Amino acid sequence: MRIIIMGCGRVGAELARLLDAEGHEVVILDLDSYSFRRLPRNFKGTALVGNGLDEETLRKAGIEKADVFISVTQGDNRNVMAAQMAKHIFNVPQVICRIYDPIREEMYRELGLKTISPTIIGAKALKELIGG
Amino acid sequence: MYIIVIGGGEVGYHLSKALLSEGEEVTLLEKEASRYAVLAEELGEVVVRGDGCEARTLEEAGASRADVVVAVTGDDEDNLVACQVAKHRFHVARTIARIKNPRNKTLFEKLGIDVTVSSTDLILAHIEHELPSHPLVPLLELKGKGLEVIGVKIPPNSPAIGRKLGDFKLPGECLVCLVISKDKGPQLPSMDVALEAEDEVVAVADPKVAEELSAILLSKTPPS
Repeated sequence: MRIIIMGCGRVGAELARLLDAEGHEVVILDLDSYSFRRLPRNFKGTALVGNGLDEETLRKAGIEKADVFISVTQGDNRNVMAAQMAKHIFNVPQVICRIYDPIREEMYRELGLKTISPTIIGAKALKELIGG
Repeated sequence: MYIIVIGGGEVGYHLSKALLSEGEEVTLLEKEASRYAVLAEELGEVVVRGDGCEARTLEEAGASRADVVVAVTGDDEDNLVACQVAKHRFHVARTIARIKNPRNKTLFEKLGIDVTVSSTDLILAHIEHELPSHPLVPLLELKGKGLEVIGVKIPPNSPAIGRKLGDFKLPGECLVCLVISKDKGPQLPSMDVALEAEDEVVAVADPKVAEELSAILLSKTPPS
């Protein structure tokens, strides 16, 4: 599959590594080229410096032919806006978006985005680690 | 009317002040502590500290009874999300977002934001207005009509000077509604009004023929 990841933080880079190792065609975007240090040396995908909220950058990343778009930058609102661009302007079949704020996450899920809130998942996991 | 303004930068501050002086009920939301303190000092309790993208802040501000939510932070994505939360969580009838990147207009409208205001476009239009090489200026877009109000300024050396409006063969999709003369002020555009240097011709036109109208008014060859 052709997959675009926006944001090369820890999660973005690790996700890119996993998908690349499985043989997917990965393009990863970040505003800062320094973030790409997190990618493994043998990463076969494309690392592209640019703003994922800019249509030109998204086109350059090949969004018109992408099967999946995933936004995992530090900003909830950036993620949400990029995901909606991918879905409503470029008609990417699968769009997934990370939203830390659980209330916003619920709302955008209702609006038809595939969303994930690490806040809820993280808190639950931590609670389960508490021994009796 | 109850209006919630999100973002206490220069735009949010002056907008809130203007609305207050017109007697409207206003809440101004600002998330940053130091900016909040400055605003609260001047505008008092209408300023509330909080992130306008968060449903809880909007709820505390009484978004469900707000008539209008205006998001004017410096970031397009924040303005989009604030308006979407206002719309979908609190059913605010009218949401207005400021955008910096003019290309975001299409996306915002697709996503249900009622009005977008592009500060970049406005500034460009104003600057272009002052450049002699840009006689055509879009003045106002008529929402949903596919029309805009445009101004064409007749440059001092234009071949159009001295010619009458009725002499021009104007495109069908436009209506000249006003000629503003430097000396005589605004005039109704009867066909025998002769154009003078620095007159501004104001017309309602389909944006597609705006350039054409400008070209005809400023053309060197006299109309046949």
